[in-house]
Amino acid sequence: MAMTGILRPGHVQLRVLDMEESLKHYCEDIGLIETDRDDQGRVYLKCWDEQDKFSVVLEPSDRSGMDHMAFKVATEQDLWRFESNIKNFGIETTRMAAGELNGCGERVRFVAPAGHTIELYAEKEQVGNGIPTTNPAPWPRGLKGMEPIRFDHCLLYGDNFDENVKFFTEALEFQLTEQIVDGELQLAAFLTCSTKAHDIAFIRSEESGKLHHASFLLGSWEGVLKAGDIISMEDIPLETGPTRHGLTRGQTIYFFDPSGNRNEVFAEDSYVYPDTPVLTWTADNIGQAIFYHSRQLVDSFMSVTS
Amino acid sequence: MVFQITIKDTGEVYPCSATKHLLAGMMQLGKKGIPVGCRSGGCGVCKVKVLSGQYTSKKMSRDHVSEKEENDGIVLACRVFPQSDVILSVIGHLHKAITR
Repeated sequence: MAMTGILRPGHVQLRVLDMEESLKHYCEDIGLIETDRDDQGRVYLKCWDEQDKFSVVLEPSDRSGMDHMAFKVATEQDLWRFESNIKNFGIETTRMAAGELNGCGERVRFVAPAGHTIELYAEKEQVGNGIPTTNPAPWPRGLKGMEPIRFDHCLLYGDNFDENVKFFTEALEFQLTEQIVDGELQLAAFLTCSTKAHDIAFIRSEESGKLHHASFLLGSWEGVLKAGDIISMEDIPLETGPTRHGLTRGQTIYFFDPSGNRNEVFAEDSYVYPDTPVLTWTADNIGQAIFYHSRQLVDSFMSVTS
Repeated sequence: MVFQITIKDTGEVYPCSATKHLLAGMMQLGKKGIPVGCRSGGCGVCKVKVLSGQYTSKKMSRDHVSEKEENDGIVLACRVFPQSDVILSVIGHLHKAITR
């Protein structure tokens, strides 16, 4: 097995102000599939091509934002090894009991230097992707909305930026894939635990622990265009796109959920191996780095978080 | 039903129907720099204080509008739907954009 340690973003738990509106948005419009509910009123969702029981948890709340983002590690040994790494870095951890989230094993919870609650876990119930494992069809029938393939990454705004990047690369063994720099100052860091352009990304900010967006992978540029159609049809607040990012080369569109949490759906971004050089964008070229075609920064995109 | 919304700080008046939020109406003023964020009550950039008038509102993130503020008419324009003519004053980000 070439891939070890932290495997992938396992789920994001988002706080929502109105569950009914949120379920319409996430299930009917984006097209996630509901898999469970719990006695705290949380609703569990997954994208069609994920094997695990859930990748998004919607939590009823009186405020917006991200409760936590969790990563799946390969083995239980990895879980305890990372727990030890995190403590050695000087960050406290707590253990969340197995079953606290339906179908999820014990989780190691901590607050990363940029102020976000992050968790690791080794076990989650698998429910399959709706197609058989023998002689599988390419996709299941009856998909809805934008037909997202998987929950892909989050982009987060936070302070203690340099310490945070050091924590993710050293204690959690992430790889820096791309960055924006202003001279010596790193403004953005895109990080992967796998071979993706990013599994998590951070923007330097004065605020702690903010969500910029939670992102879902689509199959094609045509899918991004169709997402734009759905966004207008359903009167969803569109922010930007469809367009292309310089960073990651992703083809992308941004919009907001009914609680003001930003969503992205995107297609066809780049990839890395452990020996791939870090790609650097310079601050004088930040417009192109972010929106490759217009080269114009969008005010809300740079400043609005939840 | 369309109502008249008055921005006290500048004296500007714009129309807003009962089915549109106050920010949607304000966006049609065509002023540059009106901070249009999430339009869903989560980011807090469009804060206003309603000085007079009736309205209905949808939920707003408590990170940006406390219960006391909400009771005092301090709300996010993107979550407020007029039920009568409204006089409001702009605060925060919106104040800078409207009054410059």
